[in-house]
Amino acid sequence: MWYHNSVHGGGEGTADIKRRLWIIVAFVVVSFSALVLRLWYLQVVRGKYYRELSESNRIREVDIRPPRGILYDRNGVIIAANTPSYSVIFTPEDAKDSPGTVEKLGAILGMTTGDIEARIKSERNRNPYKPIRVKENASFEEVSEVEARKDDLPGVIVQVELRRYYPYGEFASHLLGYIGKVTPEQLEKEEYKGLPPDFLIGQYGIERTFDRYIRGEPGKRGVEVDAMGRQVRVIYNTEPAAGQDMVLTLDYKAQKAAEDAMGDQPGAIVAIEPRTGEVLAMTSRPGFDPNIFPLGLTPAEWAYLTQDEGKPLNNRALQGQFPPGSTFKLAMALAGLETGKFASVNGVFCSGGWFFGNRVFHCWKREGHGTVALHKAVVESCDIYFYKLGDLMGIDNIHKYSTYLGLGKQTGVGIREKDGLIPSTEWKQRVRHDKWYPGETLSCAIGQGYISTTPIQLARMVATIANGGTLYQPSVVREIRGRDGKPVASFPPVVLGEAPVKREHLQFIMDAMKGVVEEPGGTAHSAKSEHVTVGGKTGTAQVIGLGKGRGKKYQDHAWFVAVAPVEDPKIAVCVLVEHGGHGGSTSAPLAKKVIEAYLRVDEESLREKAALENITTAGGRPVLKNITGSRWKAALRNMTGIRWKSIMDEAAARKKRAAMKNVTSAAKRARMNNLSSTAKRPSLMNRTSAAKKAAMKNMTGVKARKR
Amino acid sequence: MLDRRLVSNFDWTFIAAVLALMAAGLTAVYSATYSMDGGRHGLFVRQGYWFIAGFAVMLGAVMFDYRRLARWGYVFYGIAVVLLIAVMAVGRSGMGAQRWLPLGPLSFQPSEVAKLALILMLAKFFSEDGVTNGHTLRQLARPLALVMVPVLLVVKQPDLGTGLMMLFIFCGMVVVAGIRVKSFLTLAVTGLLAAPLAWSVFWGHLKDYQKKRILVFLSPDSDPSGAGYHVIQSKIAIGSGALTGKGYLNGTQSQLSFLPERHTDFIFSVVSEEWGFVGSLLLLLLFLFIILWGIETANKAKDRFGAMVAVGIVSMLVFHVVINVGMTLGIMPVVGVPLPLVSYGGTSAMTTLLALGLLFNVNMRRFHLFY
Repeated sequence: MWYHNSVHGGGEGTADIKRRLWIIVAFVVVSFSALVLRLWYLQVVRGKYYRELSESNRIREVDIRPPRGILYDRNGVIIAANTPSYSVIFTPEDAKDSPGTVEKLGAILGMTTGDIEARIKSERNRNPYKPIRVKENASFEEVSEVEARKDDLPGVIVQVELRRYYPYGEFASHLLGYIGKVTPEQLEKEEYKGLPPDFLIGQYGIERTFDRYIRGEPGKRGVEVDAMGRQVRVIYNTEPAAGQDMVLTLDYKAQKAAEDAMGDQPGAIVAIEPRTGEVLAMTSRPGFDPNIFPLGLTPAEWAYLTQDEGKPLNNRALQGQFPPGSTFKLAMALAGLETGKFASVNGVFCSGGWFFGNRVFHCWKREGHGTVALHKAVVESCDIYFYKLGDLMGIDNIHKYSTYLGLGKQTGVGIREKDGLIPSTEWKQRVRHDKWYPGETLSCAIGQGYISTTPIQLARMVATIANGGTLYQPSVVREIRGRDGKPVASFPPVVLGEAPVKREHLQFIMDAMKGVVEEPGGTAHSAKSEHVTVGGKTGTAQVIGLGKGRGKKYQDHAWFVAVAPVEDPKIAVCVLVEHGGHGGSTSAPLAKKVIEAYLRVDEESLREKAALENITTAGGRPVLKNITGSRWKAALRNMTGIRWKSIMDEAAARKKRAAMKNVTSAAKRARMNNLSSTAKRPSLMNRTSAAKKAAMKNMTGVKARKR
Repeated sequence: MLDRRLVSNFDWTFIAAVLALMAAGLTAVYSATYSMDGGRHGLFVRQGYWFIAGFAVMLGAVMFDYRRLARWGYVFYGIAVVLLIAVMAVGRSGMGAQRWLPLGPLSFQPSEVAKLALILMLAKFFSEDGVTNGHTLRQLARPLALVMVPVLLVVKQPDLGTGLMMLFIFCGMVVVAGIRVKSFLTLAVTGLLAAPLAWSVFWGHLKDYQKKRILVFLSPDSDPSGAGYHVIQSKIAIGSGALTGKGYLNGTQSQLSFLPERHTDFIFSVVSEEWGFVGSLLLLLLFLFIILWGIETANKAKDRFGAMVAVGIVSMLVFHVVINVGMTLGIMPVVGVPLPLVSYGGTSAMTTLLALGLLFNVNMRRFHLFY
């Protein structure tokens, strides 16, 4: 057929043309085969590879920061929560064809090009399609403008995230700590491996120590973008897993009282529950607002935090090592009683000074205390008595009994702390390579010289005396709760040891402490409360090497340690006011405020209690009289007692779950609406109706029992 | 006009194949322009109108005896050259080249029509020059000179793709019209020797973007965000389609605009991404069928002119498909050549349908006696 000339071929033959057609056929076969082979190679052999390329072309994976676990006080008051905030996220690769995007974005966000580029460069080994947070906590105005100019800003995404929020600002901030970006060095460590490079972790305090519980797990959001880097839609959205909540040992009221009492004075307050070792309050001054850390510190803020001579980041309650001054006389008294040496010293005459060695050791009371026995020596803080007692017992006995009370070594609270120092002959030899001189014992006997302690050690010393000699490891967390509100881990009290001392000796010291506050010659009348029996001991620690009377800076440190109620101790407090002068006048009133607040006998609590009295029952149902709004809330907070607490905890957990749901759904809504509406802030303080109902139920119960 | 005997020679499978290709093309254009003008599908609708008009033109091209065209061969050629000159003078610019002539509300590309005029002119030339035992170089000088006029005019626009296409059509027709082995070898050797010189002259006349395209073809990864972007994105689109594709309108490379020129030069990538290897293969087989049918037409043509017209049209189709698809697959340089009946474009669609009509005309009249 091919080579057969058409019968109708006419004048011109076509045979030669048809003979050559095979060349075209051959060309077609070869070239089409090449195309099909190439198609097979690209689509079938390497299909998976190209599928991945096309996915990374279009999908920008942004991690979503998880909400950190909520921190509650022991009664369910939220003291660290989360609040929605806007993050502006940018993928530089999406804007590479649109020069000027960084400048435009910077103009909206109030950042320079340099700021944004620094953010981009801060992540090492970055996947080129990895979006970067260029601004956290952007304002609503900024976000609105970014959204409005979306088409002009390729590669820019706005995301709603939950940001750590401390509703009370500078409140127990040294204990709570703060969060910050995980550093490259930290990412190398096992604990932080696998976290996104700009993840926020606890960098200080409880936030750091318990980070692995409260951290949560980041979510992932896959956003589809077009070739212009514009967001088209969300392809997948793995919600982040919230961190576990923690119930702290803190008592909101006690902490608040401590914060208020401290004011702007440098120093620290620690309060401990004597029968468990739980830390009820801890404050240190100068302080800081932990809210500023995750937002990125300004250079001025950073300079203040790290270079100010007041060392605001230093937690004085745990890391401040000061001579305990006369508060140490409590340990001295215990040693005297246990060794029996007090009997030899009792009846000593204090003339205001004692010649020892080649110098005169003075009593703080230059005119002298007259005849002194141990009780009076503690109550009136007679130095001469303790010089003589110390001299008789020797430094090693002092060391032994101080150590029983937990002085001179870290308490084990779990947050960075210092040891302090209780010297001994062995220590002197080992560290100073020298023998102990008897004159050094005299300084130590009144809490000066080599001796140094931290405020938490002194608080625990008092707690140990008050609870009959059980040395607890102070704790700051009671319980960790899963996201369902059920306990995951609880922290029962940890007993470090029982001081091998006689109960009546401790009781003797308790009586003396009560005398300090209540007896005529006592040094701390300002700690006396109308509502509760307070026992305590003042201390005035000399600022070593500096003369007196040369201005505030050279004044002594004012100590006061206290316990209350004396007959049934529920709180032990240590107050230190740096350069505060006398412990009795400066520090004792602060301790009293904390005690009254914790025992709910402070003025505010009493007012609230009175308000609660106005609730009467009618027909078995509680009726509210004359109570509105904040007073009602305050009244609720005032309630104490185990049953109440457990109900409160449950209500708080329920409320928290509701709040969480609110937050996530609000955030979701905000995302959906393209941020057209402001995301709802979760109400942090607001008692929900569930809590109110629980409170009602409880109240009827109380009334019923009363009847 | 058509009589019954002719109608009985209608090859309906060919008509079906052309309609299938047109349907595939419209489907592809719909997808490629899906996210373009805010969902109004303006380009898709316009392409539909072009297809309706083109199909009418195709049927029109069947009505008369193709032999009548032989007489007009040089006239068509002359008109084409005049139009190309007109484009240079009053043409409309678009995408960095002056290719379009305004035609009322529409505009058309004379360079597309010029290909067809060239085919008719060359068919007339080779069917009448009486050389059956292979052309010598001297005998080829005249047709080559005639071809070079529109080629240079088109390259000047600049439209390198169409210029090359005209040369390829010429080569295809020369091979079938016959060339002496000695002449062919001489041409090949001198070509190879002169290549560096010609290259330097040629290179100097290329626009920057053309140079870039060639460099990028040689090494696409040298400039992934710039000129190499086309090829890389096209390969990603095709490769990611894998065996069965991502589904119609679901091609992420296409719908999210990662693929440039996706409704024109790179429409094959859209098809490949969404329909996978299976769909791409079917489309190529459709082209293959039409091409082989065209070769069979040439084989059965009753006269030299008809055979040469068929060979020219087949060459045109083959080179368009191979160069366009090869380009999207990254085995050919990026030159702007549309995929016939699939790429968006009115003039291209009209020209292709007109050419297919002529092919059909030749095929249909293969048994017809001369009177």
